[in-house]
Amino acid sequence: MRSFAYRTAEDISQAVTTHGADDHVAYVAGGTTLLDLVKLDVMRPSQLVDINRLPLSEVETLDDGRLRIGATVTNTDLAHHPEVKARYPLLSQALLSGASTQLRNMATTAGNVMQRTRCPYYRDASAACNRREPGSGCDAMHGINRMHAVLGVSDACIATHPSDMCVAMAAIGATLTLEGPEGVREMAFNDFHRLPGEQPEKEHELRPGELITHVTLDTPVEGAGAHYLKLRDRASYEFALASAGAVVAVEDGMIREARLALGGVATKPWRAHEAEQALHDQPASIETFEMAAEAALQDAVPHEHNAFKIPLARQAIVRALREACKDAENANPQR
Amino acid sequence: MDTQVIGHRTPRVDGENKLTGRADYTTDWYVEDMLHGYPVPASIAHGTLEALDIEPVLAMPGVVAVYHHGNFPRLYRSPSSQAHQDQVSEVRLPFEDERIHYDGQYVAMVVAERYEQARAAAQALQARYRQDDGARPGLLYTREDGRPLESEGGSRGDPESAYERAPVKIDHVYGIAPESHMQMEMHATLAQWRDGRLIVHESSQGVIYQQKAMARIFDLPEEQVEVISHYIGSGFGNKLFMWPHAVAVAAAARELGRPVKAVLPRQQDMESGGNRPASRQRLRLAADEQGRLQSMRHDSTTETSFVHPYVDSVGSPTLSLYACDNAAISQHLLEVNHGTPCPMRAPGEVSGIYALECAMDELAIALDMDPLELRRRNYNHEDPAKGLPWSSKHLDTCYDSAARRFGWERRDSAVGSMTEGDEILGWGMATSSWFAGRQPCMARVELRADGTVLAACGTQDIGTGTYTVVAQTVAELTGVPLDRVEVRLGESSLPAGPLSGGSMATATTLPAVAAAVRAAIDELKEVATDEDAPFTGADPDGLTFRDGALVDAQGKRVTFDELLTGQKLGSVNGDGQAAPGDEQQQYSFRSFGAHFVEVRWDPAITRLRVSRVVSSIDIGRAVNPATARNQVEGAIVMGMGMGLFEKLDYDPRDARLINNNYSDYIVTSHADMPDIDVELLDNPDYAFNEFGARGVGEIGLTGIAPAIANAVYHATGKRIRELPITIDKLLDI
Repeated sequence: MRSFAYRTAEDISQAVTTHGADDHVAYVAGGTTLLDLVKLDVMRPSQLVDINRLPLSEVETLDDGRLRIGATVTNTDLAHHPEVKARYPLLSQALLSGASTQLRNMATTAGNVMQRTRCPYYRDASAACNRREPGSGCDAMHGINRMHAVLGVSDACIATHPSDMCVAMAAIGATLTLEGPEGVREMAFNDFHRLPGEQPEKEHELRPGELITHVTLDTPVEGAGAHYLKLRDRASYEFALASAGAVVAVEDGMIREARLALGGVATKPWRAHEAEQALHDQPASIETFEMAAEAALQDAVPHEHNAFKIPLARQAIVRALREACKDAENANPQR
Repeated sequence: MDTQVIGHRTPRVDGENKLTGRADYTTDWYVEDMLHGYPVPASIAHGTLEALDIEPVLAMPGVVAVYHHGNFPRLYRSPSSQAHQDQVSEVRLPFEDERIHYDGQYVAMVVAERYEQARAAAQALQARYRQDDGARPGLLYTREDGRPLESEGGSRGDPESAYERAPVKIDHVYGIAPESHMQMEMHATLAQWRDGRLIVHESSQGVIYQQKAMARIFDLPEEQVEVISHYIGSGFGNKLFMWPHAVAVAAAARELGRPVKAVLPRQQDMESGGNRPASRQRLRLAADEQGRLQSMRHDSTTETSFVHPYVDSVGSPTLSLYACDNAAISQHLLEVNHGTPCPMRAPGEVSGIYALECAMDELAIALDMDPLELRRRNYNHEDPAKGLPWSSKHLDTCYDSAARRFGWERRDSAVGSMTEGDEILGWGMATSSWFAGRQPCMARVELRADGTVLAACGTQDIGTGTYTVVAQTVAELTGVPLDRVEVRLGESSLPAGPLSGGSMATATTLPAVAAAVRAAIDELKEVATDEDAPFTGADPDGLTFRDGALVDAQGKRVTFDELLTGQKLGSVNGDGQAAPGDEQQQYSFRSFGAHFVEVRWDPAITRLRVSRVVSSIDIGRAVNPATARNQVEGAIVMGMGMGLFEKLDYDPRDARLINNNYSDYIVTSHADMPDIDVELLDNPDYAFNEFGARGVGEIGLTGIAPAIANAVYHATGKRIRELPITIDKLLDI
């Protein structure tokens, strides 16, 4: 762990000013990813700007029905927030499936959007990793890659995006509010994370010095059921081998609208648009779910140890859709 | 034996110290002027260290010294003899040469004023390596077998021709991935030199062994070395024998003339602080049509590092567990570029019993026989390996009781036939066993004028409850209540006690403590019958000691504190010792048990969970049923990790460990916890020692992984012959 400067900020503009456009400065909130990687000598910030005192710890329902979440709202508070539990159960389930209570108490909403991969070669400063050290190569490509991605991969990187929260947000739909030296702007959540392509070190669309101040969830799909299913070796405190977050609205046995996102199998929080198209206006049946699952994984690229993730992700999708439909039935028995 | 304290559930006497933070773990120790050491691990597994860029690191804040091959003082290797109790985990001294044999091998150690400074400097130290091709990956990545081990061979009868003749046979190869101990408290050492004397605080399962090894390495008389380990945050075997970090720290403290402490980070603990070696085991079993075993052959290969020939004896249970006239075991040892392995809870036997008990399940299926019935048909009443009767064997009761509580008679043997909603239930069972051993031991007991009793022994409590069972023994034999019994352990200057390993500490220590109590009471009687004493002129043998007091035939009663105070004596002392004796020629000693496991398998989402474990274990007398049960329950949880999750993942290309942390090395979590029903049979084994206790630390682990593997087969129809049974192995791709 190298020495770094530590500054606190009282409001957003002070935080942005303190940060400046310096690449070696990092915002810190819960620190559950950042401090871990600093200790491993993987991230080497010269200065941290602590944003915990910023007035960004509120969850509020906007007039148009959307839910605006401050950057420093903890995973625990968000998961147990009454509006989230009532209107966005997928998000609550996803949050509670992640990490441990202790970590969720520290981890924040914006911090989780910025969560780094758990690729062991990324986390080992002496291994080859294009994401950590551009141009150094990828030890995962032909190494132990059981945990790695099968969707959105490139020749440069196959690292999995580890967040559960982001999978739910990808399915629900959300807007990020970003504030930086050049002012405030908004961006669709699903445009924020980048595919690795040839530049895996560029993980997202943040400009230098920009801070995520809010995540605003789209209005919920009316009458929909939801289910987040996370498959892994043990029952808790493990990253997903495959996860699926589904939001499904059913009318007269037909799927009116479906949102589906995947975790544990992709290089970014993965909205499964092809699967959603395969579900639209189709009967809410296992056969439909299986077709959607096929569609979602049709472009999957396995490596030596992770081919099992393709059938596993299909299973996660089918079961999550089934449970989401059940949930929709329970919520709307008349339909 | 009618007992008041022994055999009764007793809260840990050290519980309050642990709860309030008064328990002094090595990691907690701070002494004046103390420096911090931080080892620098190699980032290759096979090659040579060519250069270290020391100068910039010496200029970093707080850095006092950097030790490496170029400047480390010359020391002596410990002979590493078990007989002479100077065994070490790695005979190679730190920084002995510049060859790199495994990932994480120390290439240097930074010493600095503060821990953070030492860590920063260690991370900043630039090393240049020449990496050699051909790093040998783990055993499970190669077909090589290494060299044969004559010491691990054994046979009786003619297993080969019996196998050929038999009508029903199986022949399979089983594998176990290397595992990490993942004990809570890291390896840690604090070393101080005072007037040429070396004082070491170490998180150790064997203070006497470390004392002797340190004496050899620094060429000191043994009494010039003191090793202290009052509390240990567990070890599971990797703290039995000293590791190189302790040598590096002690040498640095001597060179610098200041105390030095090092606490290994988890990554280093996992890379270079011991592991359970991988094993590959071929089991050939043959039976007649009635299921009577005709031939058993168990041929194994285990791995070790290139710097220390550690051998896990995996085959031995196969020669003892079942009645069979023809049996043979053999073993090979393969050197790989991994950190040195060492004993890990139930070393050897847990691995061998995994393969044997899976093979028994496969044989039962080949016979179309209930797997429990197959075990019953091959029950033995004497140890076929030694030709001696078992001292006390109640495995049949374990089978009956656990099967009844589990509901085994309701098992439908057809694969995948027992369903509940989306899930399929799988039921499996296995035999559990661990040898019963005992070592020589000394102890001292003081009856003190303040009414307290002190018992002291140079063994240690690794979290299993040794403080409590020693206190119980004293309370039982003196009638003094537990809160007036003080127990001192974990100091090499105390009368020599055993390693805390092999489930031997209780059976070894308590008889010596009992002898010391009796010696102290005899001394008290002498004092009591002196001139001007309460029982002047009485025959000492006519006095009895009850409830903390001497009583004569007339009923005159004087408590020991009154007596000592009256005689102006601070205390009377008794030294005791005990050792195994003739009984070793008359009986074979072993504990037995049975585990029954239920798994729940949801094939549509490839989800496998252990839902129920029912166990009956016979360990002789459970001195403290509370901590004994805790040992078995903990072992079951650990066994689930072995069966389903745990694997040290070395990259086969370069033999580097990639999951060197608690997040990526998967152990059983709270949410995985099944319903656990443990029964401890209470059949004191008085042939073994006067308390009838055989020890309980390891047996619970044996048999869990195979019971799970057998249940997985029953649920899924998939016979996974390599642990851990992760879900990718269960998924059809």
